[in-house]
Amino acid sequence: MTQLTIPQSPHEHPEHLAHHFESLQQQYDSGKLGIWLFLTTEILMFSGLFCGYAVLRSLHPEIFLYAHRYLSVELGALNTVVLIFSSFTMAWGVRAAQLGQTKLLVRLLTITLVCAFVFLGVKFVEYKNKWEENLLPGKFYHPEEPPPGGEFLKLRGTDSQSVKNDKPADVKPQVTAGAVGERSTIAPAAIGPTGLSEPWLEGKHHGRQSWSGPEPDNVQLFFGIYFAMTGLHGVHVIGGMIVIAWLIGKARKGVFGPDHFAPVDFVGLYWHLVDLVWIFLFPLLYLIS
Amino acid sequence: MIQKPADTSAKHDSTHSALGHVVPLWLLSAVFGALLVLTGATVAVAHIDLGNMNLYLALAIAGAKATLVILFFMHLFWDRPFNAMIFIGCLLFVSLFIGIALTDSRVNDASAVGGQGSAMRGVHVPLGGPK
Amino acid sequence: MIAKSQDNDNYLTHSRGISSWIFTLDHKRIGVMYLISVLVAFLLGGLFAMLIRVQLLAPTGLLFHKTEVLKDLVVYKPYNQIFTVHGAVMIFLVLIPGIPGALGNFVLPIMLGAKDVAFPRLNLWSYYFYVCGMLFALSSLVLGAVDTGWTFYTPYSVQTSTAVISVVFGAFLLGFSSIFTGLNFIVTMHKLRPRGMTWFRMPLFCWGLYATALIQILATPVLAITLLLLILERLFHLGIFDPAYGGSALLFQHFFWFYSHPAVYIMILPAMGIMSEVIATFSRREIFGYRFVAMSSIAIALIGFFVWGHHMFPNGQSAPANVIFSGLTVLVAIPSAIKVFNWLATLYKGSIDLKTPMLYALGFFFMFSIGGLTGLPLAILPTNFNAHDTYFVVAHFHYVMFGGALFMFIGGIHYWWPKITGRMYNESLGRLCCLLELLAFNLTFFPQFILGLHGMPRRSAVYSPEFQYLHVLSTIGAFIQMAAFLVIGAYLLHSLFRGKKAPANPWGGSTLEWRCSSPPPHDNFKETPTVGMPYDHHGLKWDEETEGFERKEKELVLHA
Repeated sequence: MTQLTIPQSPHEHPEHLAHHFESLQQQYDSGKLGIWLFLTTEILMFSGLFCGYAVLRSLHPEIFLYAHRYLSVELGALNTVVLIFSSFTMAWGVRAAQLGQTKLLVRLLTITLVCAFVFLGVKFVEYKNKWEENLLPGKFYHPEEPPPGGEFLKLRGTDSQSVKNDKPADVKPQVTAGAVGERSTIAPAAIGPTGLSEPWLEGKHHGRQSWSGPEPDNVQLFFGIYFAMTGLHGVHVIGGMIVIAWLIGKARKGVFGPDHFAPVDFVGLYWHLVDLVWIFLFPLLYLIS
Repeated sequence: MIQKPADTSAKHDSTHSALGHVVPLWLLSAVFGALLVLTGATVAVAHIDLGNMNLYLALAIAGAKATLVILFFMHLFWDRPFNAMIFIGCLLFVSLFIGIALTDSRVNDASAVGGQGSAMRGVHVPLGGPK
Repeated sequence: MIAKSQDNDNYLTHSRGISSWIFTLDHKRIGVMYLISVLVAFLLGGLFAMLIRVQLLAPTGLLFHKTEVLKDLVVYKPYNQIFTVHGAVMIFLVLIPGIPGALGNFVLPIMLGAKDVAFPRLNLWSYYFYVCGMLFALSSLVLGAVDTGWTFYTPYSVQTSTAVISVVFGAFLLGFSSIFTGLNFIVTMHKLRPRGMTWFRMPLFCWGLYATALIQILATPVLAITLLLLILERLFHLGIFDPAYGGSALLFQHFFWFYSHPAVYIMILPAMGIMSEVIATFSRREIFGYRFVAMSSIAIALIGFFVWGHHMFPNGQSAPANVIFSGLTVLVAIPSAIKVFNWLATLYKGSIDLKTPMLYALGFFFMFSIGGLTGLPLAILPTNFNAHDTYFVVAHFHYVMFGGALFMFIGGIHYWWPKITGRMYNESLGRLCCLLELLAFNLTFFPQFILGLHGMPRRSAVYSPEFQYLHVLSTIGAFIQMAAFLVIGAYLLHSLFRGKKAPANPWGGSTLEWRCSSPPPHDNFKETPTVGMPYDHHGLKWDEETEGFERKEKELVLHA
């Protein structure tokens, strides 16, 4: 019967091996498992936003059909291409690190970083446009122009109009201590069943994917979701940029090679996740019709 | 879990490194090209009105792009199956969450705003409780 | 202050100075820091609990009186703030991080024969996130304590003028602490097990921590996004959760409970892991049905993800969803019961040693059974509508979370105290306080079942006079509990200075942590231990000289 013991650490201690690991392979495998677990937490975090998107779009499709045309498909597509390209250079960079091609690695990481800057630059242009046009979430939504192909509602119902533009404190909740069977008398924000606005209900037969009608109610919800999703994504891009910059610093010192490329590999996995999220954001926000 | 002894002799051929598989450059470029084509496709399809199918087609194309990124850029094709299982497990939980929240929201009726859940429909309780 | 274990260097004496603790990468020191912080938080949460119980001594409220009148609504804001702080502190600062952070961090690597967790730096960050989260959350006490209840339901949490963002951001940071701990534990158990320790030779405390870590990884990110969206909702009126801006309050509840229901399994699964360890050691037997207990931990973790809607039955959730959630909730009782019966079977014909940790474990049987069984009327729709938002729910969750999880946390502290500190506490006081605690706990919370069924609503500062006698009983129990906890704290602190030096294995435990000295050396083991079957007590003999258990290495039965 073989004696089952924990093997002693190797006599010569590889440079990048932490003291609590037995081998570089174990350390690398642990790190890989760790980063995949971290990526699943990131996916689950974004899934909350996708869930909110799904619920809002299924209950208020007219808002999405109407408001998405405020967004520029060209800029969104440009950003998509930029990110995909940066993913390509990042994956190539991991390969370069594995093969010890230090100069190439530094160049590729730099290109990835530049792509990230371009992405943020385009996003800045888009956000600036939204800010100037007052296409902002929640109570800050005050558009001056309708989107291309849409028109403002001239005959907006007074109930929803007054509720949307007033602060909640102005709408006094009237609580009646009546029997359980009575409905609440709090004025709803939008009229109609589950918040569908009347003009939409009337225009339903015009085809689901086209919206040439008047502005529906609660369009600010679209911009809430838009800014929340692209904003959180942008924060992750910035985080990725910081880490990639750190990698470039290390790579220039020639630290990475066939025995030690794990940091590049793991940061690469994170960066691909950032790309993945955008791959879904782009059609869901920009390409609705 | 018996660990193989670490092989510290670095092999410098382009398919194998000491610690992990190296992706060939032609494959990376091919995947990149495919992703560009699919991006173009998704933009093109968006200009055609297919009703509800637009959403599903867009999601399908995005799913295809994602699959390419995950399998090849993120290395999962050559990785330990367990890491893939983690990822698939994650997706299952995401679908559970979105699925139930979505179906529940669609079935909810408007009177939910007033606090009358569908289960309480038609139940009349006099003020102060049943005597 | 804390004595050296003879001349041996141990993790406490290995390096000195406050920066050696602040920047430590040693999982044992991180565990000790967690333990101190969690116990401080427990003291704070307990203080607020006492305020609640004092308030409820009189039907019109003894401490706090009404502060706002809104048409016919009377609002008891200070009381709302008190129970919110109590709940948030106990859940986010004590129960969720408690066992994994304090005991898991210390014991897990040693139980696996490893030198540390997989990512020691991440471990330290996990602790920093805990401290920062705690600071943000507690800053609300100064900025305007939150009065929404720990559940932060919209739209009130969007409209209230209290410091919701501080608390919610604090909880956001605490979520990351939890995620990092879970991530670390999963990788540690996958990659750092020694040769010979297959999955089914791993101690059951590790299985419990693994199942917990799964939940931490999968559920906590959803809490993170929920809290983030709530902050955005408050700042910008995003509109996703607030009906006044077109959103759905019920959607918030879906988001919130998707995390918060699995969260209660984060609280109980490590406690069940401790149960297995304590029962095995103090019955001098292997756990009956080891595989079933291990798989039940995973089953509870997984099924726990499918039942969150049972917190929302009368809140407007659709009927089909109600039915599905109700059925699945009943299902989760099965793996819990499997564990309880297996532990019972372990006791049968075991050589029972009624030391303090064992008394806590025996108490767990009763507390958890009552708590678990009272979950069933809450799972079933018609009875739920009667009991929802009443004191029945309050009593139910206190039995499982306090009588179950927290008691086993205290039991675990007593079990591993000699290992962590190198000292023995006063055994008679330990047993006395445990019994006192059990009796007082039942006095506090059993009347609350009756209160709930008779209609006393929860979170209510005042009540109908006929309930007063039950509330008085409850408050008396609370005061006795407080006294018992103070005595526990006293004798544990006393042991640090005057306690007997602990041997390596004072209880006769068979898992690997009992093979190294008490306290352990910096690298955990001087020589690498030999791995055998878990819970193999063969050959452990009481040695009068060291006043501990010893076993000759060659008597260990090895299996290929």
